[in-house]
Amino acid sequence: MKTENNRTVLTGTHFMNGDIACAEGALAAGCKFFAGYPITPATEIAEHLSKRMPEVGGIYIQMEDEIGSIAAVIGASYTGLKAMTATSGPGFSLMQENIGLAVMTEAPCVIVDIMRGGPSTGQPTLPGQQDIMQAKWGSHGDYEIIALAPSSVQEMFDLTIEAFNLSETYRVPTMVLADEVVGHMWEKVVIPPAEKIRIVNRKKPNTSPEKYLPYMPDDDLVPPMACFGEGFSFHATGLTHDEHGYPKTSSSGVQQKLVKRLCEKIRKNADKIVKVREFMVDDAEVIVVAYGIVARAALSAVKEARKTGIKAGLLRPITIWPFPEKLIAKIAEQAKKIVVPEMNCGQLVREVERNVQGTSVVFLSKLGEDPHTPMEILEAIRRNC
Amino acid sequence: MVAEISHPLSKYLREAMMPHIWCSGCGNGIILNCFVQAVDELQIDLKKLVVVSGIGCIGRAAGYINTDSFHTTHGRPIAFATGVKLANPDLEVVVISGDGDLFAIGGNHFIHAARRNIGIKVICANNFNYGMTGGQQGPTTLLEAFTTTTPYGNIEHPFNLVHLAAASGATYVARWTTLHVRRLTQSIKKMLQKEGFNFIEVVSPCPEIFGRRNRMRTGLQMMEWFKKASIIEHFSDPAKADITPERIVVGEFVDIEKPCYEKLLYDKMAQILT
Repeated sequence: MKTENNRTVLTGTHFMNGDIACAEGALAAGCKFFAGYPITPATEIAEHLSKRMPEVGGIYIQMEDEIGSIAAVIGASYTGLKAMTATSGPGFSLMQENIGLAVMTEAPCVIVDIMRGGPSTGQPTLPGQQDIMQAKWGSHGDYEIIALAPSSVQEMFDLTIEAFNLSETYRVPTMVLADEVVGHMWEKVVIPPAEKIRIVNRKKPNTSPEKYLPYMPDDDLVPPMACFGEGFSFHATGLTHDEHGYPKTSSSGVQQKLVKRLCEKIRKNADKIVKVREFMVDDAEVIVVAYGIVARAALSAVKEARKTGIKAGLLRPITIWPFPEKLIAKIAEQAKKIVVPEMNCGQLVREVERNVQGTSVVFLSKLGEDPHTPMEILEAIRRNC
Repeated sequence: MVAEISHPLSKYLREAMMPHIWCSGCGNGIILNCFVQAVDELQIDLKKLVVVSGIGCIGRAAGYINTDSFHTTHGRPIAFATGVKLANPDLEVVVISGDGDLFAIGGNHFIHAARRNIGIKVICANNFNYGMTGGQQGPTTLLEAFTTTTPYGNIEHPFNLVHLAAASGATYVARWTTLHVRRLTQSIKKMLQKEGFNFIEVVSPCPEIFGRRNRMRTGLQMMEWFKKASIIEHFSDPAKADITPERIVVGEFVDIEKPCYEKLLYDKMAQILT
């Protein structure tokens, strides 16, 4: 059986949809394991990888549900492969407990959530940004994860690679939070030559198996990771554990040390992780904070506002979690008003409000239909300038 | 000078994890012993062995065995093990877990892994109740048995695990009790040498939590029940192997050949790449 293309990185210029660009980004990042379950509007990622994974010597498996999918992904990650799953709201909900397991056992993995309208079965074919808070707080206990929000098909490719790199660097589940429009729209994607793509692989231990402590962190708070079958014979558990990986469920000291480190390895490295895009923010008096597809309309609105002399600007968080707290606080010092359009009833706007002192924040909700139009955002800018 | 003597099987255990958490009279230690005995007799390379468990009393077994091991969330060891086995088919992947973990919360993963015939070896300690949480009714609790959540006697029909495993597609299915240590060890050896999804149910005493509510206050009394009720009937119809207070059919039920999932997958990949 001959295949059309067995290259891992499809260097060149392509016209593709966001889901497929995400799948290609995963392959370019070195992903060799995908487990998933069909769900609109993320199914195309699984379909594409069912074809492409065997071409590049990777594993594709359709599991019996999303709980099984994320569990298999963690298993593959612990066996040394870069691993990913992709889903939408209902499946993302099912994955939450094991996202906590990945946090606790520090399993690098990527979870793509193509957000549709919720709650529950909601609106499978319409866009939403309603999983923003679930991505951060969906599993029980205190923890930190990383989440990125692409707003173009090109970014579906680029940020999926970045998600793998961050996940491998910090040994933390990393999410690609895209909305249905970004997942399904078709745009030009430029895939660079493989050697031009920055790839990060997890740190390996440089000690002997006898001396290896699987959860003893380096100075960056991240422990080097041995994998199953490499001869280290180590134990991992979702229970509170010490540096050996042994359960210590009654020790407040071990719990504090472990959980604080799991949070701090992200919090203390937030400046390195956080990425935003700014447009005409320097002298702006009205600043729009928008992400995903909504940021595209916001950009048009800001440009139009500038044409009429309104000092408008756009700040687009690419990193949703950790939230760009410092940057928001900084723009709040200069802006008179901050406008936050979101396809939900108010999620990331809470983080914006939490980080501004005194500057008034205007929330612009859109629910159950197409994303905000540039005109709708422009009107909000005009009302608040 | 007295030479220090260590148990011949101690190299298979993480002594730092001892003492174990299991009650006196519990069967989990017997199951663990039979497993490491089988591993020892087969001289399995410990570097190629991965033991995965779920949540429950027997779930701690993964941590006690001195190999790569993972203690997953409740119900998910088979799904986790699926990722391990596919990522590295050269590894021997064994799931050791309980009846509640594998057949209530994790039942879906069990039947689908069996259907795929993926090369995972599953040992289920069936103690008829949720021991770790204090003895609640579970998917294998016998009719009329008393548990902390069936104070008037259980009215739910229990699963017949060997029938479920056989119907779902497992290529090796056996049931023993912890009384049958030699046969259980032989069965584990056989399972470890065989491709595909293989399953052994071990009927195990839980006197402290289950037995004492059901007129079997000690491990010995529970073992006496097993001795009295067990009938060895190799390759009998698994559909007729329901466990009742009077009758525990044990033996091998299924031993067939069928291509395993990882082989089909890797063959298909080789085909695509040539």
